[in-house]
Amino acid sequence: MSRIDRRFAELHAHGRTGLIPFVTAGDPLPGAQVALMHALVEAGADLIELGVPFSDPMADGPVIQHASERAIAKGVGLRQVLAWVRDFRVRDATTPIVLMGYLNPVEIHGASRFASEAVEAGVDGVLLVDCPVEESDTAAPLRDAGLQRILLAAPTTTDERLGRVCEAAEGFLYYVSFAGITGADRISHDDVRERVAAIKRRAKTPVAVGFGVRDAASAAAIGAFADAVVIGSALVDRLAEATDANDACARARDFLAPIRAALDARGR
Amino acid sequence: MSKIEDYSAFPDARGRFGDYGGSYVAETLIAPLAELTAAYETLRVDPAFIAEFERDLKYYVGRPSPIYHAERLSNEVGGARILLKREDLNHTGAHKINNTIGQALVARAMGKRRIIAETGAGQHGVATATVCARFGLDCVVYMGETDIERQKINVYRMKLLGAEVVPVTSGSKTLKDALNEAMRDWVTNVADTFYIIGTVAGPHPYPQMVRDFNAVVGREARAQMLEQYGRLPDVITACVGGGSNAIGLFHAFLNDRDVRIVGAEAAGDGIATGRHAASLAAGRPGVLHGNRTYVLCDDDGQITETHSVSAGLDYPGVGPEHAFLKDTGRAEYVGITDEEALAAFHRLARTEGILAALESSHAVAQAIKLARQLPKDQLVLCNLSGRGDKDVHTIAAREGIVL
Ligand SMILES: Cc1ncc(COP(=O)(O)O)c(C=O)c1O
Repeated sequence: MSRIDRRFAELHAHGRTGLIPFVTAGDPLPGAQVALMHALVEAGADLIELGVPFSDPMADGPVIQHASERAIAKGVGLRQVLAWVRDFRVRDATTPIVLMGYLNPVEIHGASRFASEAVEAGVDGVLLVDCPVEESDTAAPLRDAGLQRILLAAPTTTDERLGRVCEAAEGFLYYVSFAGITGADRISHDDVRERVAAIKRRAKTPVAVGFGVRDAASAAAIGAFADAVVIGSALVDRLAEATDANDACARARDFLAPIRAALDARGR
Repeated sequence: MSKIEDYSAFPDARGRFGDYGGSYVAETLIAPLAELTAAYETLRVDPAFIAEFERDLKYYVGRPSPIYHAERLSNEVGGARILLKREDLNHTGAHKINNTIGQALVARAMGKRRIIAETGAGQHGVATATVCARFGLDCVVYMGETDIERQKINVYRMKLLGAEVVPVTSGSKTLKDALNEAMRDWVTNVADTFYIIGTVAGPHPYPQMVRDFNAVVGREARAQMLEQYGRLPDVITACVGGGSNAIGLFHAFLNDRDVRIVGAEAAGDGIATGRHAASLAAGRPGVLHGNRTYVLCDDDGQITETHSVSAGLDYPGVGPEHAFLKDTGRAEYVGITDEEALAAFHRLARTEGILAALESSHAVAQAIKLARQLPKDQLVLCNLSGRGDKDVHTIAAREGIVL
C-alpha cells in the first residue's frame, strides 16, 4: 500500500479529516525548507503538497505567483525540490509527499528520469496542474515508475468526464471548490457540499477539497464533508515574511494549530 | 517522422499536429474548451457563418489585400523579385483583424458578451477592441507593463475604442505574462466570457481556429499569384512571433511542395547572445500556454525572458503547427536580428514609401536575404503583416531622436 493510501486509511479508521498544507518549495527561505516540512508535520499535517516553482503558473493567484517568483530568483528548481524531499525522508518515512506543479519543468527534466528520481527521493504522488486526464500519455512514465497521479475535478467538470477522472485518479481526488485561481475567495459551502457528495458516490479514492480554505472556520466547514482539506495561499502568505528558519516553523505551527484543532473537534 | 501526405489534415481530433499542440490546461478550462470546440466545429462549415465572415472581411476589413511588386527594392537588392502581400492595408493596420472578426462572430454565436484578450505590440488588442466596438461587446485587454510603455499609441487607441486595458505586472511583464493573466481571468469568468487569443498558440482549438481565420491571406495570395504571374511563388516568407500571420500565409501552400517556406524569427541581439525570441531556431520541445511546442527555457524548465525590438515577436513559445512544420522539414525557420530588421524597415521606407511594422520588417529582411541569393526570374512572396505607424516612437528612440 502506498504512503498516501495508508494515510487515508488511518484517517478513515480514526474518523479524522485530513489536513494537507501546500507550500511553494523554497519560499520564503530555501535553507529552511526541510525544517519547515517537519514543522508542518508536527503541527498536524497528514500529507504535504510541495509546489514546484514555475515561471508561468497560469492557474495560480498573486500569492503563489509571487512565492514562485521569489523561489526561482533564489535558484530553486525541480532538482533542488527532489533533494529536499530526499533530505526530509531521512527523519520522516511516513508522511506522504505530493509534488504539485506544471508540466514544462517535468518535460525538460525528462518525464522518465524525473519519475525515477522522484520515487527514489521519496515522493509519493504528482499533481500536474496543466495535464488533464485527456493528456494521460504524457504522464504515463510517472505512473509506470510508481508515482500516484493526483487528478483534479472542478465545478465545470461535466458528469461524463467526472467518470473518467474518478476512474483514473489515484491516491485522492482533488476537488477545486470554485472556478478560479488559487487564493481567490469565491467559495459557496453549500454548492461544494453537494458536489463533493456526488463525487464521493463515484470516486474510488478519498476526496480532498482545495481553493478557498483559509482558516479554522472554513476548514471546519469543508472538513464536515470532505476527506481532507488543502490549505495553500493563506499559509504561503503567512510564511512570506519569515525572517529565519525558526520563525518560518513558528509561523507554520501558529497557523496550522487552530485549523488542526477545528478539524479534530468536529471529528469527536 | 513519416512522410506527410496532406498537411491540411492537421490537427487531428485531439488538436495534435504530430507531437505538438494538444490541450494542456487546468481542469476548470476543459469544459469551456470542449464547448468552444463543439461550437467552432459547427460554425466553420456553416454557410451562413462563412458568408458573414467573408462579408466582414470584404466590407469592413477591406479585403482582398493586394500583392504588390516592390520593384525599386528588388532592383536595389539585385536578385529575385520581391512581392509583398499587403496585410498592412487592412483596417486597423495588420493581419490581426482577420482573426478577431472570426472569433468575435464565434463569441456572438455562443452568446458570450464579455471579451478578453492579451496583447504584446497592441495590434491584437486594437483589433479586438475594434471588433468589440462594432459588435457591442465588453472588452478587457491584458497587456504587460513593459509593452504598455513601448506601445503607448496602441494603448490609447484601445481606450478610444472603449476597451479597458489592464496592466500586467507579473513575471517579465510582457506578452507571455499577459497571456497567463488572460487565462486566469477566463478560468474565473468562464460562464460569460470569451477569450480571443491573438495568435496560433494556446490550447486546442485555438491554434486551428486562429489559423483558419488567417488562412484567407494565403488563399488570396495563391489565387493572386496565379492571376498576376501565372504561377506560384518560388519562396514565401513571413515573420514568426506566435506565428499567426506566418501560418496564415503558409497554409494554402503547404501541399505545394515546390514552394519553399521560410519563417523569420526574432534573433534580437543575435542568437548567440541569448537575447532573442527565436523559439524554433534556439528552443526545445516543452509545454507552454496549453500546448506542446518549442519553448525558450532553462534547464529547470523555467521559461526565459525574451528580447526583440518588436514587441509582437517577443514571445518564448510558438504555435504548435510551426513546431510540426519545422520537424517535418516542410518549413525552415531562421533568425533576423534587431539590426537587420531596422535596416530593412528603412530600406523599404525609402525605396517603396511603405513604413512596415517592426515585426513585418523581420520578414522583409528575410525576403531581401533570399532575393539576393536567387536569380532574377524567381519570385519571393513576403507577408507584410502590418504597418509601422505604431513603431515610429520606438525607432525614433533607438536613433536618439526626441519627438
Ligand atoms: C504586424 C504584426 N506582425 C506580426 C505579429 C506577430 O504575431 P504572429 O506571429 O502571430 O503573426 C504581430 C503581433 O503583434 C504584429 O502586430
